Amino acid sequence: MLNEHEIKALLQGVISRSSGDETEVLFLGLDEALTRFANNEIHQNVAETNFSLAVSVALGKRIGMASTNDLSAAALDQLVERATQLARLQPENPDFPGFAPPTEFPKGRQAFDEATASATPEFRAHAVGEVIRYALDQDVVASGAFSTSRSQWAIATSHGLFAWHPLTLAKLTIVAMTETGSGYAADAAWEVAQIPVAKWGKIAVDKAIVSQNPRDIAPGDYPVVLEEAAVHDLVAFMGGGANGMSVTEGSSWMSGRQGQALFSPAITLVDDPDAPEHLPIPFDFEGTPRQPLSIIREGVVGDAFYNRQWAAKTGNAATGHGMPPINPFAPGSAMGRMMFPMHLTLQAGNTPIEQMIASIERGLYVTRFNYTRQVHPREMVVTGLTRDGTFWIENGEIAYPVKNLRFTQSYVEALQNVAAVGASLHREPGYAGFTRNPALQLAQFRFTGKTEF
Amino acid sequence: MKDLLAVALNQAQLLGADYADVRALTAREQSVNVRNGIVEGVGEMENAGFGVRVLVSGAWGFASSAILSSQEVERVTAEAIAIAKASAMYQRQRVYLGPPEVHQAIYRTPVEIDPFKIPIEDKIALLLEADRLMRAEAGIKVTQGSLVCLRKHQYFASSEGSAIEQEFFETGGAIMALAIANGEIQRRSYPNVFRDQHAEGWEFIQRLDLVGNAPRVGAEAVALLSAEQCPSTVTTLILDRTQLGLQIHESCGHPTELDRVFGTEAAYAGTSFLTPEKLKVFRYGSEIVNLTADATTPGGLGTFGYDDEGVPAQRVPLVRDGRFVGYLSSRETATQLAQLRGEDPALSRSGGAMRASGWNRIPIIRMTNINLEPGTWELEDLIADTDEGIYLETNKSWSIDNLRLNFLFGTELAYEIKGGKRGKLYKNATYTGMTPEFWGACDAICNAKAWGIWGVPNCGKGQPSQTAHTGHGAAPARFRNVRIGVMK
Repeated sequence: MLNEHEIKALLQGVISRSSGDETEVLFLGLDEALTRFANNEIHQNVAETNFSLAVSVALGKRIGMASTNDLSAAALDQLVERATQLARLQPENPDFPGFAPPTEFPKGRQAFDEATASATPEFRAHAVGEVIRYALDQDVVASGAFSTSRSQWAIATSHGLFAWHPLTLAKLTIVAMTETGSGYAADAAWEVAQIPVAKWGKIAVDKAIVSQNPRDIAPGDYPVVLEEAAVHDLVAFMGGGANGMSVTEGSSWMSGRQGQALFSPAITLVDDPDAPEHLPIPFDFEGTPRQPLSIIREGVVGDAFYNRQWAAKTGNAATGHGMPPINPFAPGSAMGRMMFPMHLTLQAGNTPIEQMIASIERGLYVTRFNYTRQVHPREMVVTGLTRDGTFWIENGEIAYPVKNLRFTQSYVEALQNVAAVGASLHREPGYAGFTRNPALQLAQFRFTGKTEF
Repeated sequence: MKDLLAVALNQAQLLGADYADVRALTAREQSVNVRNGIVEGVGEMENAGFGVRVLVSGAWGFASSAILSSQEVERVTAEAIAIAKASAMYQRQRVYLGPPEVHQAIYRTPVEIDPFKIPIEDKIALLLEADRLMRAEAGIKVTQGSLVCLRKHQYFASSEGSAIEQEFFETGGAIMALAIANGEIQRRSYPNVFRDQHAEGWEFIQRLDLVGNAPRVGAEAVALLSAEQCPSTVTTLILDRTQLGLQIHESCGHPTELDRVFGTEAAYAGTSFLTPEKLKVFRYGSEIVNLTADATTPGGLGTFGYDDEGVPAQRVPLVRDGRFVGYLSSRETATQLAQLRGEDPALSRSGGAMRASGWNRIPIIRMTNINLEPGTWELEDLIADTDEGIYLETNKSWSIDNLRLNFLFGTELAYEIKGGKRGKLYKNATYTGMTPEFWGACDAICNAKAWGIWGVPNCGKGQPSQTAHTGHGAAPARFRNVRIGVMK
């Protein structure tokens, strides 16, 4: 893996090749290993060494982009030439704000852990082995994945900006199953030592046992207690919907509602890179310092996030949420300047989950949601299913497991019906890193279909 | 690059691998994106790398790298061996691959017009013109268009003696218009918002006629703003071939993946209701339902010469006359299935469905082209034959449970059918059901004239995640007694 100085020289070498009016170069490097287990054995076990250089060349307001993972001098010549040629062949983008100027980034916490970076296949095998052993002891089938990675991102522009950041990340997911029950646990952290693999294994396996022989339940509106993993889904959809482009164009739940007391006052949703435990990434993929953002503040609709182009177009400040213009690790994804929140936290309240259950006469307890998709963007109507442990609550106690249900529910409305917010936060692996979520008690949630398992 | 493959195989055998294969791949992708009349992204991505897969003591290891040098190939192969040894620490059953697959072959996607040879200016002009025509419709607030072309050149070699070279082309495109007014948001896209994509050249984009369809897309998006809400009822449903393509993908393609059936995707994608004891006895659908996994369908995104463990492309029946008869399989799962059914694993053959999303991913079981075979109806006759129902077109949302039974789909467009004629337009249409009941209620499928292959370029599965490109052939079909209108 290249070090900071080698990467800086590489990026400056690319910029020096460019005859464009402005040039931006992004380096993405990744060493990731993942140990996957199923049926109580390791069945897929993989490692990847990957990196890419993405260059954007601007001729006035015409921008061409190209990427490669060939770092030879000839390939770099071709890379810059290709981006320049693509810029030459297109009309101007009047919204192009220019590439980022030099910026001082705050020297915050580091998120590089040597133990995570150097974790071996044996280390991961021993860790998942503890889960497998416990599952076998309990006559339960365990599946999941345990990954460790180190990555580094660097950006340079022809205006003199250079920023580099190394990062480590460990992720764990476990699904434990019996003939009729299933349980789930997951975690993510930048230090692998923060993930108590055996503890999560026990939680998943024990839930698989207590969720056995689920009973039928009719679809309908019920009060619910959502475990932290289920709340992740609400957080991810609502957080992602605060995209400044969608807000401006009128297709977001947030459009035209900023400043309104739309949600329960118990709800505060932030995107904050400085929040404890989150990955302290000081800049985004455009070189903008990452700013903390209140998306919902005590129930009041707060701020959207903006990349450089949409900030300039709307007169807002860029918030440091820009994504790579070309994502070499996701071939087939659209090329262009997107934005995304990577540090979502739904603030904790003060109600223990046991107290939530105790306060419900008749309702449902949901471990997590599965295969959720947006049905309508404005009210953020989402459909999906419960999975890995759904239970009937009666007279303030978990009464018995129930078969999984389909829900079709407006998440805007769900966050208006908040009865209580959990007292602690859990890290739930997500698309980019993880979110931090408390449990939620909602007065009503709409279940629209049932399953036979 | 071929030399590097030999280095990997030699190194793997020296280090004790019982089996090894290596794939080296170079990929080029070009993308043009237009939004609201502005060229937002024009880019080209190139990447190359290799992945080595080994079996040591019956356990798998895989490692990959973007660095194409002999030294790196030796390092990565040794890493794959070390990983396989770690896998063996928690291995309950040795992997058995069945009879050897030994092939020397070259395959190339048939292409009439190389999409990379079409000037970028022409691609931009096409999208800008489509964009302009959509925005000409008053009420359209957001427009978008995209074109994508891909070329992948892959070498595969195995310790069994295979040496396969394949060159794949794909071309895709889409346009989309968003109409927004009074808190209502309606989208119309063509062919759909994720684009249709084929294993073809530029000739596919010519046939798509994005410009010719742009005025209709804009007009329909605006019309949807004032359309009635889709009623909530149980009725007869006619699905267009594109929505039906996704229905096939989710409710037939995924549950016939044998890795899901055997539980090895349980923690992520889920398992399947099509368990082995159902094979050849379970009634999946009505007698007119015939579904096939066909890796030879011309133009399909699941079309290739050989899969990513070197097994030849095949046409595998999944559902015959409504009965469940086959799986998507790999070499390993084919032997497991044979064992389970009391057959000789040494004679079992993979159905050729192992595909990796790139050089940095291990092959896993993926769909090829999952096709619903055409029936006999003309679409207009089918509508005329339907007294009361709803016609749905173009997917908008999709969700299905982890056994692939309970689904809910939303579509962009819906028309009432009354007295055998198309009636009023509905917005926010959804339908829901259970897979076998739904396919069991299929009583008419349109004929070959209405049949077409549909490309899904965004199928997610696996850990680490892999995005596969799959194909789905279908013609419009009718389903009875379906619940529609599940949305507040």
